[in-house]
Amino acid sequence: MVAAEKNQRQAQPPPLCGLSGITKVFPGVVANDAVDLELRAGEVHALLGENGAGKSTLINVLSGMYRPDAGEIRFDGRPVEIDSPRAAIELGIGTVYQHLTLVPTLSVLENLMLGSHGGTGRLDTAAARARFAELAGLLGVDFGPGARAGALALGQQQQVEIIKALWRQGSRVLILDEPTSMLTPQGYDELRHELEHLTAEGLAVVLITHKLHEAIELGDRVTVLRAGRVVGSLAPGELRGRSEEELSARIVEMMFGEEAPELAGAVEVEVAAAPRQRARRQLGEKALEASELALDGDEEAVLLRAIDLEVRAGEIVGVAGVDGNGQRELAELIAGQRRPRAGRVRLFGEDVTRLGVRERERRGLRYVTDDRLGEGTVAELDVAMNAVLKRIGTAPFWRAGAERRDEIERFAAGLVERFDVRTPSVRSRTATLSGGNVQKLLLARELAGEPRVVVFNKPTHGLDVRTAEFVREQIREAAARGLAALVISTEIEELVDLCDRIVVMSRGEVTGAVENAEGVEERIGALMVARGGNGP
Amino acid sequence: MRARALRLGEATLVAAIPIVLALVANGILLAALGRDPFAFYGDMFERGLIEWQGFQESIIRSAPLLLIAAGLIVAFRANLWNLGADGQFLLGAALTAGLAPSLLESLGVWPMLLITMAVAAVAGGAWTLIPAILRGRYGVNEIITTLMMSFIGIGVANVLVKGPFKTDVGGVARTDVVAFDERFPLLFDTRIHLGFVIAVVAILAVHVLMTRTSLGLRLRVLGANPRAALHAGLRPVRLTVLAFAISGALIGLSGSVEILGVQGSFRADFNPAYGLLVIPLVFLARLNAIGSLVLVIAFSVIQIGGESAARQAEVTSDILFVLVGLMLLFMAVIEYLRVRLGLGMRFVPPEVAERLRPPSGEGGAATGEPRPAIGAGEVGSR
Repeated sequence: MVAAEKNQRQAQPPPLCGLSGITKVFPGVVANDAVDLELRAGEVHALLGENGAGKSTLINVLSGMYRPDAGEIRFDGRPVEIDSPRAAIELGIGTVYQHLTLVPTLSVLENLMLGSHGGTGRLDTAAARARFAELAGLLGVDFGPGARAGALALGQQQQVEIIKALWRQGSRVLILDEPTSMLTPQGYDELRHELEHLTAEGLAVVLITHKLHEAIELGDRVTVLRAGRVVGSLAPGELRGRSEEELSARIVEMMFGEEAPELAGAVEVEVAAAPRQRARRQLGEKALEASELALDGDEEAVLLRAIDLEVRAGEIVGVAGVDGNGQRELAELIAGQRRPRAGRVRLFGEDVTRLGVRERERRGLRYVTDDRLGEGTVAELDVAMNAVLKRIGTAPFWRAGAERRDEIERFAAGLVERFDVRTPSVRSRTATLSGGNVQKLLLARELAGEPRVVVFNKPTHGLDVRTAEFVREQIREAAARGLAALVISTEIEELVDLCDRIVVMSRGEVTGAVENAEGVEERIGALMVARGGNGP
Repeated sequence: MRARALRLGEATLVAAIPIVLALVANGILLAALGRDPFAFYGDMFERGLIEWQGFQESIIRSAPLLLIAAGLIVAFRANLWNLGADGQFLLGAALTAGLAPSLLESLGVWPMLLITMAVAAVAGGAWTLIPAILRGRYGVNEIITTLMMSFIGIGVANVLVKGPFKTDVGGVARTDVVAFDERFPLLFDTRIHLGFVIAVVAILAVHVLMTRTSLGLRLRVLGANPRAALHAGLRPVRLTVLAFAISGALIGLSGSVEILGVQGSFRADFNPAYGLLVIPLVFLARLNAIGSLVLVIAFSVIQIGGESAARQAEVTSDILFVLVGLMLLFMAVIEYLRVRLGLGMRFVPPEVAERLRPPSGEGGAATGEPRPAIGAGEVGSR
């Protein structure tokens, strides 16, 4: 690794890597429109933008996955052509993708050696161990090379991914795509330290994020993308010596221009996460109750043991936890899409454990799934049909089994208007809607009629700031009308903003429940990595 | 309206390409065999379409094929691959031929017709029950199980015909022959029988079922996205059994129609393999019932005319199987090219295509960007 000094007072050294005028067009979308980006040794360059702003496309160009339609990449001052992932690796550009790529059944060392192309095909284990020790020391990892990858915590697996990206001698650039999406608050702090160590070694880091405060905290330099264009950037000089509020206000202005003031509230959630406790209200009867719910685990389901949970009418209860710790399974058990091994689900005191999805729905239960495209909608059906997907065969949309198209379209048009779903018409195929609009459609569908208990699974995941705030507002309003809401989220800030009470799940157990109050984040963070007393 | 006409035009054009290519390739084969392909095709259309007798034959031939097409569409639309049509068809045929003589004797013509058709439909439907339950409840691949059940069905049909249903008359084992005037009544002054009307009604009913009713929508949702079906509270096992049962019943009925309209009796080892013939046709029509109606009749013309033309040219009528095989092959090649060129699948409707497409490397679905359209089809949405 190149040892470079972090010397920012002197005249700037030339950038290690410069992208200029990068343009990439997909059918119907200009993903990158003449984007410029400079990467400097020893700096973390935060790339900030909403979903679909073109961040991923840009790093895919840099890592050799896409070839740009126009533009130039210079590396060490020389123009280079990165026409394959291998070309990127040979230049010393390593990438850690958002999704884990480790083979869970192999050891850490085996996973690392998978990616390296030895000339002779012989596995040089001794050299690999030495390299692991070197990088592990740099990152401060607390597991050995022989550990089974699947047994590691998500944060540790991410460290393996980073080591994998730096595995080749002579790494110069490290790209991290949304690295914080699967981290606990503690994991986030660790990542910050790791980044300090890596940049001290002279590495140029590209950090992709859609969260403002992360860009400000972790980045030495920030570039803001919007709709494929660079809409602003902050140099190190501009970042230092300013308060976070000041910086975030500037960035929000870059991102949204004149709309910025009205969004200030929404952005606050992302930035400050001040516990905005909801006014104490008289809570109603026990609406949803899960007792001792248990599920056998298998390849596609996380084992759940003895989950206890209670939501009263008018209450918003949050479920915090790192993704994949049994939240979805819990939601599916409550919705009736899965059968528990043991335990009971009660709605307003009535045992509904043996009832199916439809029967529970008739009793006022709704489930807003996080898998909007995979199970929430049928992409090839039009918006109108998806609006009545859970009411197939019921009046007034069907009479004696015959479809009444007018009724369906009128109903769908009403939902589309009330929830501001952007679609050319209710006859458009749902596949043509953006993720945010599909989510609005789902929300509209589930909140229509008379819901009494709603399970929201990651309701704002992947949405832009505006849509996310819209969704949260819908949840608040529904609760104010007496709805019992269970909100599953991986964003602690969001739960703190929204909920009365937060339960924490880890490895298929509820590890604790906290009332929403000052300093609740730290307690949640501790519970997120805790294990229950009865666990192995 | 214009867009709709345009899409219809494109669909027709794309369906025509493999047919034309197959005719050309088959013509080259004929030329290589020393036959005049133009004369062959000329004969084919002359005798299958233009001559009144031949045209009637074509229409008669299309009756069982239409019923099979109707049955296949119900299953395929629900993404259930019922490949056991031949077994279901022959069971329906054997039971009809076996029961008809004694029913005639005791109850007369009309009760016999109704009862045998009902029995054939029930038998065809029941024959799908095991694959349906295995698929619905345990996720066992129905392609394998329906094919296996088809072999068993063909066997059982022959066991029945060579055993309990066997006529006392000597010669090849077969059932007693139902006399012409005790079969389906003929339409007006033609030789076309009632079975054709039944078949056309059935395939139109399937069209309405799949496009205008709640059951059809449920089946399409199950086919397009089984997880969404579960999420929406549909009952996948029940729907799977129902789709298979309707499919099998229509195909069993087809066997009955073939006996009551054409054969009059079931000779041992009778197996026209209509099921396999119809599969490429329903795909050419993109699992659309109306399109299938047109294509099945066109295909019947090729078959009837072709048999006659083959006799004329002194080639074996197996040449027609070559023609069908070529159509299927060119269809697959065009489908592949369209996917490569990003035009979307054409023969597989969008709902089903969604399930058949290999997963793309990009996580595009998870981002807020609009997803690329699959096909330009309108069939699924209303």
